[in-house]
Formats: sequence, structure tokens, C-alpha cells
Amino acid sequence: MIDSLSGLPPGSILLLGALLVPLLRGRVRQSYLLALPVVSFLHLLALPHDLTVSLALFDYDLTPVRIDRLSLVWGYIFHIAALLTVIYALHVKDNVQHVSALIYVGSAVAAVFAGDLITLFVFWELTAVSSVFLIWARRTERSYRAGMRYLIIHVGSGVLLLAGTLLYFDATGSIAFGHLGLGTTATNLIFLAFGIKCAFPLLHNWLQDSYPEATVTGAVFLSAFTTKLAVYALARAFAGTEILIWIGAAMTAFPIFYAFIENDLRRVLSYSLNNQLGFMVVGIGVGTELALNGTAAHAFCHILYKALLFMSMGAVLYRTGEIRASELGGLYRSMPWTAGFCIVGAASISAFPLFSGFVSKSMIVSASAHEKLIAVWLILQFASAGVFHHAGIKVPFFTFFGHDSGLRAKEPPWNMLLAMGIAAFFCVFLAVFPGYLYNILPYPVDYAPYTTGHVIGQLQLLMFGALAFCLLILSGFYPPEIRAINLDTDWFYRKGGRAFYWIMDKVLNGLNRGVAWLIMQRIPSRLNRYSQNGMGSLAMLVVEPFWIAAGIDRYRRKEKRTLFYNRLQRGTLPIGLIALSVIVCLCVLVFFTELV
Amino acid sequence: MDSKNEPEGLDSPRSGRRVLGIVAVICAVLALADLFYTKHVHYGWERWFNFFGLFGFASCAFLALAVKALRRVAMREEDYYDR
Repeated sequence: MIDSLSGLPPGSILLLGALLVPLLRGRVRQSYLLALPVVSFLHLLALPHDLTVSLALFDYDLTPVRIDRLSLVWGYIFHIAALLTVIYALHVKDNVQHVSALIYVGSAVAAVFAGDLITLFVFWELTAVSSVFLIWARRTERSYRAGMRYLIIHVGSGVLLLAGTLLYFDATGSIAFGHLGLGTTATNLIFLAFGIKCAFPLLHNWLQDSYPEATVTGAVFLSAFTTKLAVYALARAFAGTEILIWIGAAMTAFPIFYAFIENDLRRVLSYSLNNQLGFMVVGIGVGTELALNGTAAHAFCHILYKALLFMSMGAVLYRTGEIRASELGGLYRSMPWTAGFCIVGAASISAFPLFSGFVSKSMIVSASAHEKLIAVWLILQFASAGVFHHAGIKVPFFTFFGHDSGLRAKEPPWNMLLAMGIAAFFCVFLAVFPGYLYNILPYPVDYAPYTTGHVIGQLQLLMFGALAFCLLILSGFYPPEIRAINLDTDWFYRKGGRAFYWIMDKVLNGLNRGVAWLIMQRIPSRLNRYSQNGMGSLAMLVVEPFWIAAGIDRYRRKEKRTLFYNRLQRGTLPIGLIALSVIVCLCVLVFFTELV
Repeated sequence: MDSKNEPEGLDSPRSGRRVLGIVAVICAVLALADLFYTKHVHYGWERWFNFFGLFGFASCAFLALAVKALRRVAMREEDYYDR
């Protein structure tokens, strides 16, 4: 069967297969959902590992498939993550989630194997459009709004990518998705498009805004693909771009502060996701073989342990309906397996020896040290301690230990536990046998993670961080978990957007109302009045001063005025008065004519 | 089940102090381990006794202080955006 599918590009089995899901029910659907990523993975393995497929479309030379060692790392891990997340979501009955998730995964795989920028753009946008349904599927007002913001930002990223692609084609005659580098408007636009999807500092907040609003299973899918696709795109097109070192270093550091004080634990994980992306971006910026290997390896491990952490928090949310640290605690009693898997994920993200983060993150940190990037190295060490603090300790501690919340939720369904178990197995397996991971990296690996100095140094960093945590907690200096949110850059477009709407409402709609009143009411009524009394009023202007000069009091003047208007309406005015008005009008006319 | 009738768990204050003791012992062992191997370093300060331990401790202590300041600036009510 796999041979007969060899003409299909990677990802297409998932994309096409998704369309049949709504036709199936029950166990047949579950089996089909499980089979799709497996068949798609086998199909990828059966394809040659150095393959380029090209075709001409109008003036463009498209390369819809380009398989090489760099794209294969992402291809492998995307399929493993797809299988794990499908298992995790197997109990879900909502077809919208299954279909959108499979299209999302399929388009992410297809984007990774895209060899030209147009193909990349198509699947780049498709990941955005399909994945937003995983947020909307929660069917709340908050998720609807968060999804809309997510969609606008990601479609915007795609538009920038398309604009950059067209400018690039105009300048070079090529749309090849290879190394681009910064320097021209075209490549700068493409860099910005990648940067938005990769959650660069100040462009990052869509991530923390949207992922925590997704469904229990949707957040696990989201955590794996979108940002790692962006990391791949940066590694492909901007490896060795120095500014990425500093962008990445900033990314590792600033989310830690927010993660520390955030109450929603899936949002804490979103901030720590952002922090881990920073390590990968630093690796791309350094651009050496060791650094790029480190980025690929870290993306691989990160997808697994981050999915595992999102799965464990999803299980807690699924069973308790609660995800705020201030409301949780003590769940290890009734959810021991989930707690154990969460701790494995937490140890992996913290890069404890014998857990996966250790064998991948250390490659990037070592690469920065080889290049003598002192400040960057210090920031990365600080970020390593920080991530242990919030993702390694805070997430499991406040959920499963901490103070007893009294919640006694049972373990999640078997499929959720199985997915967590497999992910936890990989987290340990990759760390104990890193050779399997190193063998699939883009460049030959000459790196030994388990040196005495490295193991002891890392353990010192982490355990003294844990000591600080214990002392802070027991002394009461640890910032407590509070039912609150924290302002981030989304404030500018969430409150700014409302302010813009308010201003537009008041200014433009006010102008609209004003003009409508003037044209539709005021001017017609004035014209109407003038046609009735205009001549009389003009005449009054002339006559009134004479009446005043003649000593007529105001009561008498009022009577005369009323009489005058009555006569005017009946058309019984003395001819002299009309003649006088005409003369006055003529005088006014002549006066203005002379003036001009 | 009423949680008050359960035996004392890992979330009790006494357990916290016990964990602190264990962590402190592990830290002491790790710090002393520095004396028993030759360090191959990129930067001179990595040779300092227990450099990474001090760095990790200082980083976490700094974080706890810094986020208190961040909270003063950034923290809002949960329904801040819904109002």
C-alpha cells in the first residue's frame, strides 16, 4: 500500500484523509484516526531521503517537495507528535476538532517539505486557518475572540510572507526556499513573517493569548506545530543571521518573568514554550553545525516534553474544569499517573540529566560558548534556571502538591494516559540513548552531553534553584498565586483596538450623524421656512429699526409683526412693502458685487 | 472524600521542611563534588567553587524579587479584558 502512495507528497495523506473523518463513527473512526499518522509516517520513510520534485506553473518553478536531512527531522517529529496527539484526543466526539487537527498537521508537514516560497505560503496559511478551529471548538465567547485575534495575526504573517516572496521573485527571478539572509525589503518581510509565527519578543503575545483558550486537546496540537514550523523556516532561510542570537536570547529571558506570576497554568506553559523557542532561535543565529544540530535536536525534544506538559495540564482541566494555580493543589493523591508524567515533562524541559532537554539544549549552550558569546551564554544559563523554576517546579508543585485544594479528580481516560506515557517514555529514551536522536540531525554530530563537568554543573544550577524555591516558599517570600491576569503586549491591540473602535465610532459615526442631520433635517427645514417667511424676515430687518426709532414699544411691535406675517401668508401685503424689500435685496446684492 | 480525614500528605508544612532538608543535602554534595574533578571550561569563572550552584540560586532569588515589581505594573483583575 505504501508503495502505491509514493507519488503523493508528504502530508497529503493527512490532508486528504481528514476529509473522510466526518463519514465515520465510533471505533471505526478511532481506528482510522490512528491509522492516518502511521500510514503518513510510513509513507515518508518510504520516500527517498534526498528528493526534490519540481514543476512549472505559469512563470514560477515550483518545488512542492524537497526532502533533505533538515526537513526530515521536522517531518519525523511532526508525525510522532501527530500520533501522540491523535491518541490523546481519541475520546473526543467533535468532528470539527478531528478534521481541523488533521488538516493542521498535514499542512505543517507539507510546509516543512516545501521547496519554494509559494508552496510554503499556501501551507503556511492553511496551518493558520485550520488550527484556529481548535481554539474556536471550545465554543466560548473568550475562545471566539482569542481565535479571531490569532487568525488575524497569522493570516497577517502569511500576507507578509507572500509580499516578501513576490518582491523576492521580482528582484531575483527565483522563489526557491533556501538560504535568504537579511538585507533586502523582500527578505526582511519574509523574516518578519517567520518572526511573527515564531513569537519573537513583542510579536509573541498571540501565543499566550490563544493557546490557553483552546480546547483540552487542541492546545496539545497547537503547542507542537505552529511555532516549530517557524523555527524550521528560520533555520532554512536565516541560519547564521547574527540578530537572531539577540532576539533568541531575549526570548529565553523575558517570558520567564511572566511565567513566574501567571496563574493560568496552560498560559505558564505558553510562556515557557516561548522561552524554549528562544534557545532554538539562538542556535539558528549562531549558525554553526553544532548550533543548528542543537536547534533541530531541541525542536525534536521540545515538541515531546511540551506536548507532555500540555497533556498533563489538559488532563487536569478535563477532570477538574480548573487550570488556575490558585485553585489547584494536592491532586497527586487522586491523579498519581498524571502527576508522574507531568514531572517527567517538567524534568525534561528543565534539562535534568537523563531527561531529553539535557541532550539537546546543552548543544545550543555549548555552541554559544564556543563562539565566545559571553552575555548570551549568561542569559541562557539564567533562562535555564528560570525555566526550571516555573515549568519544572511551579507547574507540578501548584497542581499536584502545594496546598491541598480538596479536589479529588480521578485520572483521565486511558487514551490520555497512554499518550502521556508514550511521550514520557520518549523523553527518557532520547536522553538515555541520545545517539538515536543525533543520528537523524542535519549534520554529523561530534558532541558528548554526559561529561562530568556538564552533568555536575547542570545539577548544581538546578538543585540550587530548587533550594531557592524551597526557602522562598517556606519563608513566605515566594510571590503567591493570585487570581489575576498580567498585562502583556496584547494590551496594545486588545485595549488599543477597543479605543480605535471607540474613536472611529465617535468621530466617523458622529460626522455621519451630523451630516445626515444637516442635509436631511436642518437645511430642508430652513429652506421651507425661508420659502414661507424669507421675504418677510428680510423686510422686518429694514422696518424694525424704523418702528424702534418711531418709539413704538415692544408689545405693539410684536402685534405689528404678527399682523405682518399673517398678511404675508395670506398674500395681502401692501405693494409698497414688497417694493421696499426688493430694493433692500437689490442694495445688498449691489453692495456685495462692489465688494468683490 | 473529605480531605481532612486523610493522613498527612506531601502538601503539609512538615513535608515541606523535610523536602528542604533533602534538597539542602543534595546541594551540599553537589557543591563538594566540584573538588573532585578537573573542570574543562569556556570561561574562567566556571572554575569558581560551585559557580553554577551560586548562579542558579542567585537567578531564582532575583526572579522572585523582580516579579514582585512586575506584578505592581502588570497585574490586573481577571475580568480586565471582559469589562
